[in-house]
Amino acid sequence: MAEIQDYKSTPKYETFSYLPAMTPEKIRRQIAYVISQGWNPGIEHVEPARAEAYYWYMWKLPMFGEQSVDVVIAELEACHRAHPNNHVRLIGYDNYSQSQGSSFVVFRGR
Amino acid sequence: MAAKKYEAGVKEYRQTYWMPEYVPLDTDILACFKITPQAGVDREEAAAAVAAESSTGTWTTVWTDLLTDLDYYKGRAYRIEDVPGDDTCFYAFIAYPIDLFEEGSVVNVLTSLVGNVFGFKAIRALRLEDVRFSVAYVKSCGGPPQGIQVERDVMNKYGRPMLGCTIKPKLGLSAKNYGRAVYECLRGGLDFTKDDENVNSQPFMRWRDRFLFVQDATMAAQAETGERKGHYLNVTAPTCEDMLERAEFAKEIGAPIIMHDYLTGGLTANTSLANWCRKNGMLLHIHRAMHAVLDRNPHHGIHFRVLTKILRLSGGDHLHSGTVVGKLEGDRFATLGWIDLMRESFIPEDRSRGIMFDQDWGSMPGVMPVASGGIHVWHMPALVNIFGDDSVLQFGGGTLGHPWGNAAGAAANRVALEACVEARNEGRELEREGKEILTNAAKDSPELKIAMETWKEIKFEFDTVDKLDVVNR
Repeated sequence: MAEIQDYKSTPKYETFSYLPAMTPEKIRRQIAYVISQGWNPGIEHVEPARAEAYYWYMWKLPMFGEQSVDVVIAELEACHRAHPNNHVRLIGYDNYSQSQGSSFVVFRGR
Repeated sequence: MAAKKYEAGVKEYRQTYWMPEYVPLDTDILACFKITPQAGVDREEAAAAVAAESSTGTWTTVWTDLLTDLDYYKGRAYRIEDVPGDDTCFYAFIAYPIDLFEEGSVVNVLTSLVGNVFGFKAIRALRLEDVRFSVAYVKSCGGPPQGIQVERDVMNKYGRPMLGCTIKPKLGLSAKNYGRAVYECLRGGLDFTKDDENVNSQPFMRWRDRFLFVQDATMAAQAETGERKGHYLNVTAPTCEDMLERAEFAKEIGAPIIMHDYLTGGLTANTSLANWCRKNGMLLHIHRAMHAVLDRNPHHGIHFRVLTKILRLSGGDHLHSGTVVGKLEGDRFATLGWIDLMRESFIPEDRSRGIMFDQDWGSMPGVMPVASGGIHVWHMPALVNIFGDDSVLQFGGGTLGHPWGNAAGAAANRVALEACVEARNEGRELEREGKEILTNAAKDSPELKIAMETWKEIKFEFDTVDKLDVVNR
């Protein structure tokens, strides 16, 4: 039994939340993927205690047609600065499937 | 039109049912049969016989034939093709006018197409390879109760395949112990757990007890992780009344998803249940017990791509598709073909995938393919590559068999999945770099590390095991 490790569950927030927090370089590559799929980047944030809700606060409007990774990064950082304790997630809106092609937390709240 | 005279007797089928000049209508239902005729029966006559016996014909002329417009109602054999690499059989293409079938009834379509004709003496073996359902007919069917997009929104899962696990041992656990196994899997990071197909309502665990304990487990795991979870509650039952009673109860206690065995349970029951789910906002997972009885023999039976289309029309949100890589090896290209038939809205004819007709689904929602059976963390890179995001990957033994238990097993699978999706998005080639990707992810996950040691590395090159021959198997 000594080799068996106990598993502790902790609060998670869907895709990529079982991996370590992404480095800035990894975040850039995921944003580039969203753009390359033709999806529209959007930013949302929420207090960690309310993370289970379907609807988080929308940061401005989705960035329709945005092609620049730097612009998306700048908005993510602006949202993070304004709400340093909140989860901040990036969404890739897929208007053909009328769904989200991607959604993951970029800055993990406290 | 000149009136016909009645002449009793037996006519060759080809005189009436072989029409090589016929151009199918957009509304026709088209079928491709693989026919192995008896010795001495020529191809045109065999094809015409199949067209006749699956539509209006019988072995002799009857006077009542002249009371209707048989030339309108008859099935028409309009094309014959060689089966590449197999001289014992040939493909026959048959067109059926849409009026031959009741609207919204896959039961009626199958009763005609795979009815008496399969026991017909003039043919040695017969296989229904593919069916083109016209958009007109598709529009008369209900289809998946919710579909892929609604499921993603309800379950809040985006940008990755979902993860599931069938609870084992499949038979014999008490309801409370069974719920424990569910709870451990879900809190460890799975999205879904599943009743095995033969878990219905046996003496050792009645359905009501199971539903209550499992729902408690699901809610506990959801509260603990903050993620949405579900367990496919199997409502397959001896009667439709029992089935619907179980479905109602699942809804009452707040379960998001139920399941049904569409072949053993029957297509009438399945269609009723799908309609109930659509009305009640429930997701419907579909198991396919008995499919191999119908689809495994390359010369006789019904190809799985037809059973796939039948399910999409009858209704279901998930359908088991095979894994390509697991314990049940399926032809990779044929599998990719029927995965497309589940999810896409238009699938062009593609003989390399065994798809004999263009299939247009109109606006009918898609079905999520479910890969289940003998898969574990080492298969993850290949699975993500083959199935893409719109799929459910189910690791039964690969979760429950983890040396530290279900929760650790679930976490190992979730870490492996997310590492593969992340790497794919970065443009890396999963099937070639799989080992490196998993090994790297295991540095931060002792659960994944021990899982990889337990199940050992498997090979990632498929070219050696994969058989892309010209024969459509």
